[in-house]
Amino acid sequence: MKKCFISTTLFSVIVTILSICMAGTQAFAAPPIKIGALFSVSGPAAFLGEPERNTAQMVVNEINKAGGIKGQKLELVVIDTQGDPAKAVQGANKLIKDDKVVAIIGPSTTGDSMAVIPVVEKAEIPLISCAAGIKITDPIKKWIFKTAQNDALAVARIYEHLNKQKISKIAILTVSDGFGSSGREQLVAHAKAFGMDIISNETYGPKDTDMTAQLTKIRGSSAQAIICWGTNPGPAIVARNVKQLGIKVPLFMSHGVSSKKFIELAGNGAEGIMLPSGRVIVASQIPNTDRQKKALLSYVNSYKKAYKVEGDHFGGHAWDAMMLLKGAIEKAGISPVAIRDQLEKTAKFAGIGGTFNYSAQDHAGLAKDAFVLVEVKNQNWKLVK
Amino acid sequence: MIKEKRQILIFLLFAIIILLVPLFLKGNYFLNVLVFIGINTLLAVALNLLLGYAGQISLGHAAFFGLGAYVSGILTTRYPVDPWLALVIAALCAAALAFVIGFPILKLKGHYLAMATLGFGIIMYIFFNETVDWTGGPSGLSGIPNLRLGPLTFDNDQNNYYLVWMITLGVMLLSINLSHSRIGRALRAINDSEVAARVMGVNARMLKVQIFTVSALISAIAGSLYAHTMMFISPASFGFNFSVELLTMVIIGGLGSIYGSFLGAAILTMLPEFLRVFRDFDIVIYGLMLILITMFMPTGLIGGLEALVKVIVSKIKGSAAKNA
Amino acid sequence: MDNPSQLVQYVLSGLSNGAIYALIGFGFAIIHNATGILNFAQGEFVMLGGMFTIFILSFFNLPLVPAIVLAIVFSTLVGILFERLAIRPLKNVKPLSLVIITIGASIFIRGAAMLIWGKDTHALPAFSGNAPLYVYGATIMPQHLWIFGITLLIIIANKLFFSYSIIGKAMRACAYNAHAASLVGIDVKIMVLLSFAVSSAIGSMAGIIIAPLTMTSYDVGIMLGIKGFCAVIIGGMSSGLGTVLGGLLLGLLESLGAGYISASYKDAIAFIILLLILFIRPEGLFKQKETQRV
Repeated sequence: MKKCFISTTLFSVIVTILSICMAGTQAFAAPPIKIGALFSVSGPAAFLGEPERNTAQMVVNEINKAGGIKGQKLELVVIDTQGDPAKAVQGANKLIKDDKVVAIIGPSTTGDSMAVIPVVEKAEIPLISCAAGIKITDPIKKWIFKTAQNDALAVARIYEHLNKQKISKIAILTVSDGFGSSGREQLVAHAKAFGMDIISNETYGPKDTDMTAQLTKIRGSSAQAIICWGTNPGPAIVARNVKQLGIKVPLFMSHGVSSKKFIELAGNGAEGIMLPSGRVIVASQIPNTDRQKKALLSYVNSYKKAYKVEGDHFGGHAWDAMMLLKGAIEKAGISPVAIRDQLEKTAKFAGIGGTFNYSAQDHAGLAKDAFVLVEVKNQNWKLVK
Repeated sequence: MIKEKRQILIFLLFAIIILLVPLFLKGNYFLNVLVFIGINTLLAVALNLLLGYAGQISLGHAAFFGLGAYVSGILTTRYPVDPWLALVIAALCAAALAFVIGFPILKLKGHYLAMATLGFGIIMYIFFNETVDWTGGPSGLSGIPNLRLGPLTFDNDQNNYYLVWMITLGVMLLSINLSHSRIGRALRAINDSEVAARVMGVNARMLKVQIFTVSALISAIAGSLYAHTMMFISPASFGFNFSVELLTMVIIGGLGSIYGSFLGAAILTMLPEFLRVFRDFDIVIYGLMLILITMFMPTGLIGGLEALVKVIVSKIKGSAAKNA
Repeated sequence: MDNPSQLVQYVLSGLSNGAIYALIGFGFAIIHNATGILNFAQGEFVMLGGMFTIFILSFFNLPLVPAIVLAIVFSTLVGILFERLAIRPLKNVKPLSLVIITIGASIFIRGAAMLIWGKDTHALPAFSGNAPLYVYGATIMPQHLWIFGITLLIIIANKLFFSYSIIGKAMRACAYNAHAASLVGIDVKIMVLLSFAVSSAIGSMAGIIIAPLTMTSYDVGIMLGIKGFCAVIIGGMSSGLGTVLGGLLLGLLESLGAGYISASYKDAIAFIILLLILFIRPEGLFKQKETQRV
């Protein structure tokens, strides 16, 4: 019994001393500005969440190295949603109630974003989503913004090009997940306006390894072009299958595969494929007169220095979100309401995804010129003028 | 008789603690986690009835969870159905499906049953994903209304906590009662040896289907609660991965133990919080836990806890006897 | 493009997918016949084959053939380890526990693969180039020929092994009655180990020959495993012709279903077939009904 008593007392004393120390250090340092981040770092959307998380952390580190915002350091609290909307909601709750963040960036996917919207709106904390779904900001919600380009803009880019080539009969092949089904909706919705006739509307599953059945059907139709909408690895398999089946009509992809990985996976099936993309993957080919050139180069170089691989289109969404937030906090301070109001006033911000102009009616901020058309030439991306 | 009293006391203690917790956690985010733990406990108890009591494995239970959520969600968003009515309809739909599927599927045993339920689960998932006009497809279904009870709207953590836990406590009580009843004993007999049970007069086939139906019904209720508290559902939450998570909860907690289901649900819901830094390790840890617990601690953590309590109690009794 | 050549296209891709399912099914059958266990983790060995090969190619810079051989060796080692650590120590466990342990093992192997190799998809170079070949208006890749060829070889090797070699016959003896087999001097423990080794070798081979077409990542094992299981169920758990026919049939039905009914529900078709067979004729389409003594 004596032994128990002594050890318990000792334990309590140690714990008390440690707590005082920890509390002490907290009290002496100026409290950092807490920014929450919800990214799907693991799970099926890891190709989005990982570069986004890396980019956000890199930007926060850069800001802190330069002394923080008006002397206050930033602290990024990242929560991995694993691509699961339930975990995204849990994460949002933790960030808001436990970590008491002033703003949240992310989530990476449309599904996660839609799930956390009610939570964030209720708590009145500004959220800058990095997901592409048009439903996130349309209908407009007071506290929700986004930096990823709408699918509608990408679709418009492709349709414009097809108009120029006088192609009107098309086949679409979309993946049956959030990204693909959203793309499909937009492709169908805008077809009439651009005079497109979708004569074949096929889908494939995210884990499918063979799309020859769908492509065989398309080969047998009178389609003059094929638009494939998905994220790796599906489109790479589609590209290979197209080559295998000897299909000669032009193949277009979505911005979902605007990364080197796609070219690597598709092998020689990638040659000649065109897709709409943010400028970042052809950063060096962008003319110096382009407003975004400075931001693009700075991002590409910093990311390469920090993580040894090239910064990509997806990480760019997080860059835009963080820089927009930084700008808002610099001008308006750290109260969530002020940050939100300042964000809404954003004008002509030249970011990675495009040039942003927010307003009370538009929380997506981008226009058609956010996308450029690129083509795969010699296993590399080439800007199509 | 003593055993009965003790069971009742333990449950009352548990229920009282659960009901008092929100008073200490006002406005704390952990309350939100506890709501999820409540829903997961409900699901784990449902699976435990099938797996722990009757010994029938199911790798597709997320399907019933999803069915409950989607029926509730669709009825209250696309049609003007009252949320409570939708909950009842969702539960009945799942029960009906389970009843019909139960007869052929429960003829299978062991690995075959596992594969069949796995296949069933994936078919349902594909169904949720592809019927875009009804379920919203992969982008999910949003705008699901909250449940209401008179002046109370269940739209914040505190109210949701009580909503979920009242139902969960009720189901736990019923399950504990079940295990001490004739039906419970019959289920255990089937678990040990179905042939012997049949020889003794147990209508094994019917009983298995009935418990499968009850299990599906409870899972669907959990799904409905989930839909009305989250206000948004998507197929991602109802796939094979979640079925495996449920299985892990039941195994870790302890097969056949209702409190074990709570323990398993609590641990697995909170694990991602503590392992935030080691996020990628979670699949590996689930797999390892399944293997290790099945090999070395088949009664689960509850079994381990009970053994520990016994040791402590006997030590206390022993020193009391010495000092007397 | 006319309908007959569309049909030929569907049939060809269905048959090549079916060959893979058959190979994976062999793995299930061999272990089940020797031990009565269904190795839930079979699909993961298929994944390991492809992933190991890619890893060896990039890490050790070996040419393709030695890399493949090494990959099969590594996968077999994992299979043997799995048997020693997770299966052998279990003497008198409930069948339910065995199910859960193999499920846990498959999750563990998949999780470990994700930790070691990441979540990326990787492409394996095709064995003999990418020029499509034309057959009756349909096209296949040279890799498809490799798939058919190697599957045929493995089927023949299987048949010879189990029917004519001592070890093969010993393994079959264990399948019929392990007690009796040990009484006549067969070391059942070694036979079980061997069955796991052979299964993982065949499984990883299947993964390697399909990887150039479908690419591979840490989670390809789940679906392939289930479809392989489907094949072996249709075939009646045989490690011979039955499973081959089962696999081919499954591949064909899947491909035709995707082509003529709906591509989105392709996987659902496979699982509905699985459920129907399990419900109506669990002993498979090609076997006689068995009675069991209780």
